[in-house]
Amino acid sequence: MNNGKYIVIAISLAVFFTSIFNKCVAQGEGNSHNEEVVRNVIVDSEESLDESDAVLEEESFNAGEMIMEHIDDSHEWHLWGKGSSSVSVPLPIIIYHQDNGFSVFMSSNFHHGHTAYNGYRLLTEHFLHHHEIDPNDYPHDMVVAVTADGKLDKASTLKIWDFSITKNVAALLTSVFLLMWIFISIAKTYNKRVGQAPTGMQSFMEPIIMFIRDDIAKPSIGDKYEKFMPYLLTLFFFIWINNVMGLIPLIPGGTNLTGNIAIPIVLAFFTFVLTTINGNAHYWKHIFAMPGVPKPILLILTPLEVAGIFIKPIVLVIRLFANITAGHIVMLVFFSLIFIFGETSAAAGYGVSVASVAFTVFLTFLELLVGIIQAYVFTLLSAIYFGMATAGGDH
Amino acid sequence: MSLITPDIGLLFWMVVSFGIVLFILKKFAWKPILDSVKEREDSIEEALAQAGKAKEELEKLQANNEDLLKQAREERDLIIKEAREAKDNMIHEAKSKAKEEADKILVSARETIESEKLSAVAELKSQVAVLSIEIAEKILRDELSAEDKQKKLVNNLLEDVNLN
Repeated sequence: MNNGKYIVIAISLAVFFTSIFNKCVAQGEGNSHNEEVVRNVIVDSEESLDESDAVLEEESFNAGEMIMEHIDDSHEWHLWGKGSSSVSVPLPIIIYHQDNGFSVFMSSNFHHGHTAYNGYRLLTEHFLHHHEIDPNDYPHDMVVAVTADGKLDKASTLKIWDFSITKNVAALLTSVFLLMWIFISIAKTYNKRVGQAPTGMQSFMEPIIMFIRDDIAKPSIGDKYEKFMPYLLTLFFFIWINNVMGLIPLIPGGTNLTGNIAIPIVLAFFTFVLTTINGNAHYWKHIFAMPGVPKPILLILTPLEVAGIFIKPIVLVIRLFANITAGHIVMLVFFSLIFIFGETSAAAGYGVSVASVAFTVFLTFLELLVGIIQAYVFTLLSAIYFGMATAGGDH
Repeated sequence: MSLITPDIGLLFWMVVSFGIVLFILKKFAWKPILDSVKEREDSIEEALAQAGKAKEELEKLQANNEDLLKQAREERDLIIKEAREAKDNMIHEAKSKAKEEADKILVSARETIESEKLSAVAELKSQVAVLSIEIAEKILRDELSAEDKQKKLVNNLLEDVNLN
């Protein structure tokens, strides 16, 4: 099969483009704000930073901050508590520095961003605040290089490639192992029970696999559907399992993985690459010179069609990202209500909690539905794009 | 770690792990699953087709049987009819033959009777002649035993003889 070749091409292309893209963004951000940052850096000791932390810990509950922290990625798996008293699962930090090479250590060495380690530091709100750095240039929880006296080393920071096993990467790896374990064991059952009726997990998954084959792949792609089945099945179950894992509020669930833009970007990129590679003459002809359309109209139509090649995967990205992130935000908002009311009076907090929990339960069911619908939509649209790319000249 | 800027680390891990998952699942999960499902579907389809074929064959066989039965019945009727005809013929033939024979016997019997009668009559006639002669002899002897009678007779006879 040629699919193996395509996957290798896809992976290398994806890595190449995204790395270029990310570096450009980082470079652009760094250059435009360098002077400003230099002016604002204030030399300070570690102790004074910790003191300011202690003051900030007393601050009232900030729903927006809490929600953003939950839907964002992080270098440690936060469980509870705030600031220096917070409890979290440490995760491995893997940093490649263009000058200093690789360094691998646990995020617990950062002490929630209170101390530097190996010349690196985890950015916190307090550090940014203290050094008067614009948080838009250096987002919260970023790993940055610091100088010996504790200041931000901007030039060195630009040379950092952060491949850390963050919260999202850990969740990703978990779900990936879960996915492989589930389906390889199901495949084994199939091999063991040849020609027999499905049982257990097999009988749960088989209708879904059949649905993807008979109701997504076959009608959308046509005769050549078999070639795309492994990708479509992996896509569907990957999105679904991650959407569901995101709803489980226990480790290793509860992360906003499919709502992190990197995940839909990679998935859509795979779809884009597979569509482009498999595009036949008929497909390209319809993009660059739609048959039966007068030449002047082609001048308008062709740019639109060419833009469409890229808009299609972009739409896939936005749909999945927005749906899942929105779901997480809405649920967290309802939980935040408990604490917002709890600050005014404990009774109000308890009172609101009943409604909040009830509503969150309802939303969880809704999100379970959204999770499977988004997986379905992503898979269906990918299949339709493959179908467009491989369709014969019927009309 | 901002909302709409992808992190290079996550992108990297995602590409690597999704690629690996795609490859491993394709090889060790989707291929065996899809293959065995297809195999099962094919075998079910084949079994259904075979069942249909078997049913058709059974129907054909039944129709055949019925035909055979009908044919046998017809043959039986024919045989019975023929046998009846043969029986009738035989009886008829036997009857006519017997009659013929009887006629023949009668004719020969009649002929025999006739010839026997003729011979009997002939014998009777000769017997009667012999008897008559004997009787005549006896009478003559008796009549002519005495002298006077002889004379008388000669007289009678002479009397009858006219000397004309």
